[in-house]
Amino acid sequence: MNNLLDSFSNFAFRNKNFIFLSFLIIPLLWLGVVYLGSLLIFLGHSFFHLDGFTGQIVYEFSFKTLLELFSSPANIDILIRTVVLAACVTIGSAIIGFPIAYYMAKFTSPKVKIFLFIAIMLPLWSSYLVRVYSWKLILAKEGIINWFFEKLHLEWLLDSILSTPVIGGPSLSISYIGMFLVFTYIWLPFMILPIQASLERVPNSLINASHDLGANKRQTFYKVILPLALPGVIAGSIFTFSLTLGDYIIPYIIGTSKFFIGQAVYTHQGTAGNIPLAAAFSLVPILVMIVYIYCAKRMGAFDAL
Amino acid sequence: MLKALNLENINKSYGAIKALRNINLTISDGEFFSLLGPSGSGKTTCLKVIAGFEAPDEGGVVIFDQEVTNIPPFKRQVNTVFQDYALFPHMNVRQNVGYSLKVQKLKGPSIEKSIDEILEVVNLTGYDLRKPSELSGGQRQRVALARALVNKPKILLLDEPLGALDLKLREKMQIELKNIQRQFKITFIYVTHDQQEALSMSDRIAVFNDGMIEQVDTPANIYSKPINSFVADFIGTTSIFDKASAMKLFNLDKAFSVRPENALIFDTEKDLVSIDKNEYFLANGTVLDCQFQGSHLKITFSIEANCKLSVYKSLEGNINQKYDVNSKHIIAWKKSDITSLNE
Repeated sequence: MNNLLDSFSNFAFRNKNFIFLSFLIIPLLWLGVVYLGSLLIFLGHSFFHLDGFTGQIVYEFSFKTLLELFSSPANIDILIRTVVLAACVTIGSAIIGFPIAYYMAKFTSPKVKIFLFIAIMLPLWSSYLVRVYSWKLILAKEGIINWFFEKLHLEWLLDSILSTPVIGGPSLSISYIGMFLVFTYIWLPFMILPIQASLERVPNSLINASHDLGANKRQTFYKVILPLALPGVIAGSIFTFSLTLGDYIIPYIIGTSKFFIGQAVYTHQGTAGNIPLAAAFSLVPILVMIVYIYCAKRMGAFDAL
Repeated sequence: MLKALNLENINKSYGAIKALRNINLTISDGEFFSLLGPSGSGKTTCLKVIAGFEAPDEGGVVIFDQEVTNIPPFKRQVNTVFQDYALFPHMNVRQNVGYSLKVQKLKGPSIEKSIDEILEVVNLTGYDLRKPSELSGGQRQRVALARALVNKPKILLLDEPLGALDLKLREKMQIELKNIQRQFKITFIYVTHDQQEALSMSDRIAVFNDGMIEQVDTPANIYSKPINSFVADFIGTTSIFDKASAMKLFNLDKAFSVRPENALIFDTEKDLVSIDKNEYFLANGTVLDCQFQGSHLKITFSIEANCKLSVYKSLEGNINQKYDVNSKHIIAWKKSDITSLNE
């Protein structure tokens, strides 16, 4: 018996792949079968279509559903609206997140850094719904922001901002501006943390070297720090961009009556029972992300990795 | 003589640690000057103060008669070769080398010509498009050197540039660095903890210890006339007789040191006839250790309780010579060969 165990342990030691495989088999099955498998089956539904009369799904390969998605102006509006908002949220998060990440990576003592980490993560520990609803109150006509503008006698400023076509609305809590603010708040940690990690890996000697070679602070930032932090910015933007593309709660609570991709998917697979169209809508964020990552790679965003 | 650099009473502390204490230093134009000392002695901090990465708490930095203490590094005519090379990983060799020219917004064919020339100087022609990650340690070192030289700085600072290279490559680069310095006729300030390197390359050396400069002199003088026991001990191999031993054994009122190549070994009293005893100090020693070092033996003797003496014995004539551990011998060295030390 001992002998058998012994030779088994010898075999396992010599065959590293066997060990890896025996540890990885469960996660691999989970990822491969349960996760990717169900995702592919769901997305595959976009090649089926709904029978207009019976309301039943017709399990035949066709492009009818995809054509329906891309030929209806209402659907195109939903797609454009979502992608533009996701892009704005991503840019906003990057502009707000980068200085915070830079400060954390290069200018803090270890103690302050831990404090900042907790401060950034803390909101993630409370319920997402609670946070969105508190923002609803903050942004409402009776909310603190309105009150603040009133006290400063600047209601006219807020009103003129809200009367801007497209992005405005009756109040901040029912407008694209409000959605932008809430999305940016909710996803900001996902932007700060990867940027912070990538800036942490930029050795100070590179910054010194750049100064030493005659580059001032601005040049050093654009030629050395930003290119080396770019993989972190891209990683963060993948989070904020894709999370915004797929979210349906914030548009539902803060938004106007106009739909976003998440809401479209929710409605089509639920009440309408149109799984193929819901699947077709879900395909769009994935395609957008693939194109986005491909472009980022072509532009050399990952060269510094 | 034109002064390249003047440090005036520099003090620098990090919290409670005094990194530099009253550093005064004058370096002439075209000198190969080394800052030598053990790790943590302040030599790298001193270099950072010269480059402008660190501001001194007190004192002034003057480069070619221009006060630069409060001038940022990118406005100083000084370039640095960093210990870890600090090559920009997202740029290829050509972009790295051309960086200082590009940030000055220089344009046109003269830039490309300067880069080609400097790459030729460091023997890296043809490596233009490689990324730093695709180069060996020695090649990265050359890129760092080319990048610092392409801008024709008045002073080149080198922070242990050869520390990460193996011995053979290091010796080769020492010669190349020296050639480049002659060719460009610029001042080199070279930080190293390797005393052999400092002795073989420098015109003058400043020996650092604990944030202070112990001695500034030519390599020959540093070696033969160390000012105190720290310098004597740090530079080369030496044996130090402290004040008590010097008094007890030789009736001298000062500590002194002896270089191992200056001592002779005799087996018996009779053999001493070949020397004039009045000119020599004599001591009885017991062999503690005998090491073969190729061209010579390094023999360590115990003279008395707290006193050891190392001697180099040439192996000329008989390569198989040996000294047995615990055997007793007489060691002799010329009275004129000792260095008196202020402890």
